[in-house]
Amino acid sequence: MSQPVGRWLARAALVGVALVALGAIWEAYKDWGPTDGVKLFGTRVLPRTTDASMPHLSRIWHAFGDPEVGGAITFGPSKTVFDSVFDSAVHTLRWAAAGFAIGVLVGMLLALLMDRLAVFERALMPYVVLSQTVPLIALAPLVTKWGQGWDFWDRWMSVAVIAAYLAFFPVAVGMVRGLKSPTAVHADYFRCSAASWWHTLVRLKLPASVPFLVPSLRLAAAGAVVGTIVAEISTGLEGGIGRLIITYSQQATGDPSRVYAAVIGAAALGLTALLAIAAFDLALWRYHRGATTR
Amino acid sequence: MTEPETSPGPAPAPAVHLRGVGKTFAARRGTVVALEEIDLTIGSGEFVSLIGPSGCGKSTLLRIVADLLPPTTGEVAVNGKPARRARLDQDYGIAFQQAGLLDWRTVQANIELPLELHGVDRAKRRARAGELIELVGLSEFARHRPPQLSGGMQQRVAIARSLAESPALLLMDEPFGALDEMTRERMQNELVRIAGETGAAVVFVTHSIPEAVFLSDRVIVMSARPGRISDVVAVDLGPRTDDTREAPAFYAAITQVREALRGRPVPATADVVADVEKARRNAAEGAL
Repeated sequence: MSQPVGRWLARAALVGVALVALGAIWEAYKDWGPTDGVKLFGTRVLPRTTDASMPHLSRIWHAFGDPEVGGAITFGPSKTVFDSVFDSAVHTLRWAAAGFAIGVLVGMLLALLMDRLAVFERALMPYVVLSQTVPLIALAPLVTKWGQGWDFWDRWMSVAVIAAYLAFFPVAVGMVRGLKSPTAVHADYFRCSAASWWHTLVRLKLPASVPFLVPSLRLAAAGAVVGTIVAEISTGLEGGIGRLIITYSQQATGDPSRVYAAVIGAAALGLTALLAIAAFDLALWRYHRGATTR
Repeated sequence: MTEPETSPGPAPAPAVHLRGVGKTFAARRGTVVALEEIDLTIGSGEFVSLIGPSGCGKSTLLRIVADLLPPTTGEVAVNGKPARRARLDQDYGIAFQQAGLLDWRTVQANIELPLELHGVDRAKRRARAGELIELVGLSEFARHRPPQLSGGMQQRVAIARSLAESPALLLMDEPFGALDEMTRERMQNELVRIAGETGAAVVFVTHSIPEAVFLSDRVIVMSARPGRISDVVAVDLGPRTDDTREAPAFYAAITQVREALRGRPVPATADVVADVEKARRNAAEGAL
């Protein structure tokens, strides 16, 4: 109840402190670091400190307020960089959410199947693991091609499918472990109570798998966001943050602050996804092992 | 047809009836005989303990009665029905050494679980769980969750849960095995009281001789490799109170069980002799 909330706030505060520290290191390096960066054996391991490589944080901050100049003069209230970043982040978030939902659904179904029949686990698990070694870049054109066969298919759906491809994996693996987590005593008790498969699932296995599922969902959410951004770029879908990062970096000649602004937008997007999972986690506190012990 | 006892009259079927029950497990080399030719009849309302060294198959026997394990040979009837039917009909309640409660449910909800699984409506569930919580003396803890309770309290919740459907038979596999001695004695007092109030037959697996003697009407003494019933000690101590634990008859019964476990002759009191004879006869019949 209040305890998990308190612990959670303390953790959030710590994350804030880390962010400030990171900003301080950035600024300190920019002011005092060597102009040409740091090289080790001919490879640059730390970036140049020029404005073209590392803009001041304040410059990035101001970049959000810059008017968006897409070449043509737009009528009506002019869009700022912030507006663009925000809008594209929202688009990407929506696609990622769709991909996440599909991924979680597929992952859970696979886990249920693998839990129900050991044959499935032995047969499927190697492929589940193997699936993650296929590079997304190779997958993108394939998925796009499949989609072209259907009338209802929109291009964002290909992106969502690719995001789902990354998201389903941790869910499937975590959930299988979770479903198997009840002890022998619990299993015996449910059998003695003549509980059906469905009742055992809903009253025992699913609640018991929550502590395993939450970390899986966190990985799946991060995977869905990364997958969406990569898929946007590799399928050439416009309107999302991935595409915006590419556009800005092509525009940036002397001033990369907009690229950083877009990257910050992408980071905020990932953070939003993780916060959603954290809220879910918080809502299910009673299913955590020993949640009420001190 | 498996139950000849039901035909003669209005007397209820025995709570448990085992005939020629054997259990072998496949091992790496050949098979291991866990139980051999077990014949045992437990009357309704009777409190029976199974005691014996580790590996004598007493837990296996309990699991066979509960239909958690199929017997390799022999017949098992619970409440006059095949064990599987009895399990599906919820004719018995069960408690294990570990309480096996669901940590995410309150005490109340844990006790309601079996009723919930069998479609009892909410109001009735509430009322029944309320009664049981009172019976095991946990009224103040109804809204607590298991991790907040001591081991003894968790075990009381498990016992309340096993009683939820007013079963005619309670199966208990070392339910007090993990408790400290004082809690254990208190729990034994409560169990005797509860068994008396509910009129349920109890099959109680234990390692403890005083526990078996204090609780039981009959103590079934088992020997290991292969698991057999070696002796049956009838205990007649009248209504149990804390004074029972100090009574000479209590110590006498303990000695009797201990000697039975060691395989020495049991002092001859008439009914004990009868029981032992019966057990021997059964064992001999089985060997033929």
